[in-house]
Amino acid sequence: MTTQTATAGLQEQGGTDFKKVGVWIASVGIWFLPLLWIDPTTYAVLTVAGLAMGMLIFLTASGLTLIFGLMDVLNLAHGAFFVWGAYVGFSLLNALQQVGWVEGAGAAQSIGSVLLCLLAALVVGGLMGIVLEKMLVRLTYGSHLKQILITMGASLILVEILKVVWSPNDEVVMVPAAFQGSWDIMDVIITKFRVVAIVVGLVVLGGIQLVMMRTKLGIIVRAGVENKEVVETLGYNIRRVFTGVFCAGAALAAVGGTMWSIFKEQIHPAMGEENLIFALIVVIIGGMGSVTGSFLGAIMVGLAFNYVAYTLPPLALGANIMIMAVILLIRPTGLMGKE
Amino acid sequence: MAEPILSLAKVHTYIEQHHILQGVDLSFMPGRATVLLGRNGAGKSTTLRTVMGLTPASSGEITLKGRAVQAMKPYEVAKLGVGFVPEDQAVLYTLSVEENFRLAMLSESETTWARMETIFQLFPDMKKFWRSKAGVLSGGQKQMLAIARAFVNDHDLLLIDEPSKGLAPIVVDHLIESINHIKNHTTVILVEQNFYMASHIGVDYFILDDGRTVHQGLMADLVHDDGLKQKYLGIA
Repeated sequence: MTTQTATAGLQEQGGTDFKKVGVWIASVGIWFLPLLWIDPTTYAVLTVAGLAMGMLIFLTASGLTLIFGLMDVLNLAHGAFFVWGAYVGFSLLNALQQVGWVEGAGAAQSIGSVLLCLLAALVVGGLMGIVLEKMLVRLTYGSHLKQILITMGASLILVEILKVVWSPNDEVVMVPAAFQGSWDIMDVIITKFRVVAIVVGLVVLGGIQLVMMRTKLGIIVRAGVENKEVVETLGYNIRRVFTGVFCAGAALAAVGGTMWSIFKEQIHPAMGEENLIFALIVVIIGGMGSVTGSFLGAIMVGLAFNYVAYTLPPLALGANIMIMAVILLIRPTGLMGKE
Repeated sequence: MAEPILSLAKVHTYIEQHHILQGVDLSFMPGRATVLLGRNGAGKSTTLRTVMGLTPASSGEITLKGRAVQAMKPYEVAKLGVGFVPEDQAVLYTLSVEENFRLAMLSESETTWARMETIFQLFPDMKKFWRSKAGVLSGGQKQMLAIARAFVNDHDLLLIDEPSKGLAPIVVDHLIESINHIKNHTTVILVEQNFYMASHIGVDYFILDDGRTVHQGLMADLVHDDGLKQKYLGIA
């Protein structure tokens, strides 16, 4: 009996593998389509920009997807963490400018200032996440309506506070000298900070995957996404795990905000909500609770946004919503969502 | 007489507005495997879930090794040394067999890994499918995993909810054998509809009906009491 089951299992897996390969080829191939009407040099520039944008969206979306997958909590305050991270980074860069670590800084100092900004955002975002989870989100477990209302409210308050502390206007963000400008590789213009964004995105993805796949904590979180009750009866306080995940998610969103502010070289108080829309699209495309799904979704959204914005600018956001709709029609649970 | 390892006194439990347990009184002696019997909807599974804190009791007392546990959270009850095997082969499908076991280990110590050797002897399939996703296992193997998983910790008490559900008779025999091995080390409380399985594992029994305890005694006597079986279990 056992062997039969095993063989059946293998065959089944073989079948899905074949189908998967087809889906993969199609989904990779579609990204070369814009080459039909965009010349290769521009295409390369747009691709790098799209990848960088995707990586930064992923930073916000990764936390959002785990918060939703693990505890079924829809957190609309995630954009507030993002924008707070952006402003913390902005202020710190201004402070670092006084000691000459930004404009006119050397390579080491530039890297140092970016790392300091990321660290500051990480701490501020993480603290905000813990406080919000323990004070508000905890009261709304099990009710999506309450979650939407309370996290939306928290988000509004946090953004208003931000306007009081800083200003309601756009601010220009200083970029550390070593990351200003671009490289020209065979006529392909590559903005330096885009490369930094891609590297940071990959490092975060690697870090999350390492924790999720190789540590006991990762096993608990993945198990919790699948079945909270079983995890709880095995002796784990799933709420504490969730607070940790919420905190980490908020910290990552804040890091995303800092990266975004340097990437765009400007900030404004509404940038959190704008980014949240992208992150939500990405989470839905990728499947609730799947970090890998979010990553793929973020890359798709980043690339599509840039290709479409170049071809037909007014359609840029609409195209992403269309991608989401099409994916949901084919796979209602998202790319990597639970069946 | 020894102290019961677990006892329930006048326990009432509601699930939403439904009054499921309406005064359950039970006591379980250490080392004596006990079966909870009764018809569908009698409250057997809810009794186990209430002990675990998954469906908390609204009134009554639950005493585990001398401690009141009725207000505790599931993870707190688990940490007091209670293993729980839920019904429907509740393993984590997206995790590998190995990860299912690692999740179950409260501490990944030498002794825990030593217990794994015993588990591999009892359930050889677990070793065979060690790196596979638990989702690809057959129903019987999933149930083995669910039980074996509860066995990796040195639990004093193991609550097992309808392990035979949906399994082939030959698999049920293997399960009986394994649980009979486990019950030498741990006090087993079993909820079971399959009277064949129940009678091969249980020493004591309780019968629940409509959320109340209606009968109790020695399994050896119940096996021959056709009247009682007919009345509460619908079997003869």
